Amino acid sequence: MQRILNNPDNIVDEMLEGFVKTHGDIVKKTSHPRVLAAVNAPVEGKVGVVTGGGSGHKPAFIGYVGKNMCDSAAVGEICSSPTAAAFLDAFKAADGGKGVACLYGNYSGDNMNVKMAVKMAKKEGLTVKTVVANDDVASAPKDQREKRRGVAGEILMWKCGGAKASLGGDLDEVIAAAQKAIDSTRSVGIGLTPCTLPAVGHPNFEIKDGTMEVGIGHHGEPGIEVCELETADKMAKRMTDIVLPDYPFESGDEVVVLVSGLGATPVMELYVLYNEIEKLIVEKGIRIHKAYVGNYFTSLDMMGATLTVMKLDDELKELIDLDCNTMGLTQV
Amino acid sequence: MVVKNAKGRPILLNMVQAIHENKQYLGDIDGLIGDGDHGMNMNKGFVTYGERLGEDETTFTDGLNDLGMVLLNEIGGSMGPIYGTIFMDMADSAEEEEDITLEVFAKMLEAGLEGLYGIVDARPGDKTLVDTLNPCVECMKKAAAEGKDFAQALDEMKDCAETGKESTKDMVAKYGRSSRLGERSRGVLDAGATSCCIMLKAMADGMKSVLE
Repeated sequence: MQRILNNPDNIVDEMLEGFVKTHGDIVKKTSHPRVLAAVNAPVEGKVGVVTGGGSGHKPAFIGYVGKNMCDSAAVGEICSSPTAAAFLDAFKAADGGKGVACLYGNYSGDNMNVKMAVKMAKKEGLTVKTVVANDDVASAPKDQREKRRGVAGEILMWKCGGAKASLGGDLDEVIAAAQKAIDSTRSVGIGLTPCTLPAVGHPNFEIKDGTMEVGIGHHGEPGIEVCELETADKMAKRMTDIVLPDYPFESGDEVVVLVSGLGATPVMELYVLYNEIEKLIVEKGIRIHKAYVGNYFTSLDMMGATLTVMKLDDELKELIDLDCNTMGLTQV
Repeated sequence: MVVKNAKGRPILLNMVQAIHENKQYLGDIDGLIGDGDHGMNMNKGFVTYGERLGEDETTFTDGLNDLGMVLLNEIGGSMGPIYGTIFMDMADSAEEEEDITLEVFAKMLEAGLEGLYGIVDARPGDKTLVDTLNPCVECMKKAAAEGKDFAQALDEMKDCAETGKESTKDMVAKYGRSSRLGERSRGVLDAGATSCCIMLKAMADGMKSVLE
């Protein structure tokens, strides 16, 4: 394993130290060592927007804390949910007196810890409402959407929920905007290599050389098909063929497209992939309002990429276009 | 025969040691159909508790409560809330007791399982730690109703834990991360059922060592 480490057991804490030293103009530490908050949080009179999840997905989740996105984030061990206590403290760090919207992904650990934290918050008089992202098309059939995992579509959910809160939305309006954002969003991933937890030291699943796994999850959850490694144009076709019909995105629609690397794929290859994806989407008569290409939501050192498409209406467009300043996403 | 609640230390330490010794094994099992971090996370929680306890004495119920708090508040993941809830609810149901009789212990285990059912949808047959814990609860309730010898009942519970854990091998996961694997999860033990088995056997052995 060729990695930059001290003691792998301390990797999360050491990463957080480095992150705050680098981005001290955007985020700050809180009284909980596993909670970071935006420098100006909590903002009096604004709905607090909170997220959280396991580590290893940089820039997610702390990379989306900052102006007009999330007010705080709870940080877990690698690929492991933050504690209920961390979520609770993240709620408190974000609470400006108007309630808190917790926007997170559909994983069993996160569901349990958030549920417990919401209950604890209620006892302390703090109202928290949640939206659970489930944009990963490959993780369950369409009629079981509630079982689908949340992946890179979460970024668009934070973007819209965070913007709504900054524009003065009340808690129900922020929740509704975030829910609409994720309901309008579909994603799929393709994995080319497995990832390795630093403390484990070897990959815990296999993707054979010359093959790729279509529909792979952010923790190596198996996809829907293992096939021969293809050229970028065929990969793009495969991804759009899964994502577009599921919503479905159709001629005349206006969308946001997000292509994220899974951690180890060179960024130039993501542009090669996007170039092909763009052709296929435009061919269908769908207009791309905005595109994001880069390492937005990764999986340690996995090679591969995810495609996320979100359909816009006037409200989502306004929210997507609002400026923001976070480590993971800066928009002027 | 009873376990004096005041004599919790050897029981808790036995549990800490058993999880610590099986860190690698649990990680390897989890790696087959999970993400391989189960041993590491369990070990971190149990060892942290052991270090906090240091040379202090503890009652059995306080010890379970403290261990549960560490798992819940410091470990996270799925196992933090799951084991945290089991231990804290076990402790809650008997914190007033001076003597842990077989009947009290059966109620403790049942309270732990009920607490677990409050936060997860998994039930017997879903290839989770419920498949280890549930038969142990049933076994202890039956033993208590029949007025069995406590030591003998604890031995039976160990067998039940082992059988329950082994039963997960032929199951298809229906809950949690490995459920995404469907049929591919068959043929492998469930990591949570395995850690639960190790933990319950260590608890039973610890209790046997202080039975009086």
